[in-house]
Amino acid sequence: MITIQQAVKTYKGSDEPALKSISLEVERGEFVFLVGASGSGKSTLMRMVLREDVPTDGSIHVLGEDLINLASRRVPIFRRRLGVVFQDFRLLPQKNVYENVAYSSKVIGKPRAFIETAVPDVLSLVGLSEKAKRMPSELSGGEQQRVAVARAIVNKPDILLADEPTGNLDPKTSGEIMDLLQRINLGGTTVLMATHDRGIVDRLQKRVVELKNGEIVRDEAAAGYRDVNTGEMPKSEEF
Amino acid sequence: MKVLFALSESWAGIRSNVSMVISIVLVTFISLSFVGIAALLQLQINEMKNYWYDRAQVAVYMCTDVSPAAACPTGEASEAQIAAVDAQLKSTVLAPYIDQYYFETHEQAYEKFSEEFADSTVASYVTPEQLNEAFWVNLTNPEQSAIITESFSGAAGVEQVRDQRGYLDSIFSFLNAGSITAAAVAGVMLASALLLISTTIRLSAFSRRREIAIMRLVGASNFSIRFPFVLEGVIAATLGAVLSAVAVYAAVEFLVQDFLAVRLPFTSFVGAQQALTVVPWLILGGVILSALASSVAIRRYLKV
Repeated sequence: MITIQQAVKTYKGSDEPALKSISLEVERGEFVFLVGASGSGKSTLMRMVLREDVPTDGSIHVLGEDLINLASRRVPIFRRRLGVVFQDFRLLPQKNVYENVAYSSKVIGKPRAFIETAVPDVLSLVGLSEKAKRMPSELSGGEQQRVAVARAIVNKPDILLADEPTGNLDPKTSGEIMDLLQRINLGGTTVLMATHDRGIVDRLQKRVVELKNGEIVRDEAAAGYRDVNTGEMPKSEEF
Repeated sequence: MKVLFALSESWAGIRSNVSMVISIVLVTFISLSFVGIAALLQLQINEMKNYWYDRAQVAVYMCTDVSPAAACPTGEASEAQIAAVDAQLKSTVLAPYIDQYYFETHEQAYEKFSEEFADSTVASYVTPEQLNEAFWVNLTNPEQSAIITESFSGAAGVEQVRDQRGYLDSIFSFLNAGSITAAAVAGVMLASALLLISTTIRLSAFSRRREIAIMRLVGASNFSIRFPFVLEGVIAATLGAVLSAVAVYAAVEFLVQDFLAVRLPFTSFVGAQQALTVVPWLILGGVILSALASSVAIRRYLKV
């Protein structure tokens, strides 16, 4: 699914590389937490997988595509096989729930018949069938994030990237979103989630990849959120 | 479905950007109107050339007693000198170039002069002898007046050879200057129209950056991201182009045909037919230029 080999990323104007020779392998159907402090390279890694950026050295293959040598006109076609969820939801404020979800199918030219069945399906999966006509401003944070998840998966992506999807939510709502992501994962979608939320990581006991200063310092199956150097649980920002 | 989607996106852009879109409409309207005026002035020049050049004659003025001595050292042209010119005009060398010619005597010249200056006191000071006798030559091809000029300039008894087209040329160069001025104004206006289109498209893209970000994330093709913006510029510019087309046509119909042509009946003016040949090019030009400007603008603003 995702194969990264000795990937290095140096941004112009900075001496310290954002990623120092990262190697990572993610299999189909895996659920992977990406943890680490701000500036540890999580976001850079997510951007690489999404092909928003390419490594300055090394290689990255996602869904069989060599992302460094992927022609830019093929990038949109590649991205259609990925779904993305962000901390700040990124819904279109002037479109209602149904339109927000349908939008991502419309822009890639899916036929009307597909949209008319897939959008209600995915809205019922996230439990928002009743609120299809609501505007984003009329929803709670958790509901907005569920709309965002629905939008990310309506086109049936192979990989779901979630960048701090619970960062703006209270613990109970976060739990609901995590249940949803797990269900999506059980459906066969690979999930790669960057997070600071120690409670969630500890509770789910999934594979954890920890980054520090641009390096992978820990890659453990069925693990919790702890600092590899000290063995201590780090202070969480959220609580 | 896809086209409808692009159209609805463009419409959203136009609605959120009304004042900028109106300014695009106005600037393209003005600039393309100037383009139209420049083109019509050129057509007017051609029209007048066709009309007048066919009627323009070459005059071979014979010497009079009052002619300058440099050209006419022997004074009034003699019968023999006139006959020599006449013979040369009839000769096989010149005859093929000449459609027809006639000789004008002092009396005929005086008559014409009195008619033309009937209202002026000048007529009373002029005597028939002061006016040149002349051969008036109509050429088969008015462009070839040089043949007559070269044959008779400096000939005995000939004071001057004059191509009437020379008078017309000054009118044409005046009209031409007007046309070039209009084209220059059009050029400056078009440049500002292009810059305005590209600024507006950038603004529009900026105000819809959320949508664009989402479109890119879900893998919308570059074309389907950019197309609504290009369409937005093209729609605005096309509105302007249509307005300029209407303005140019109205100017020809009401200003030229209903006003100028009525007051200057002996001149041929551009009419609806010429206007209709210019108008489609204005609209086509507006569409192509705005499509180029907006696609370059959006391409530079939105890199994948």
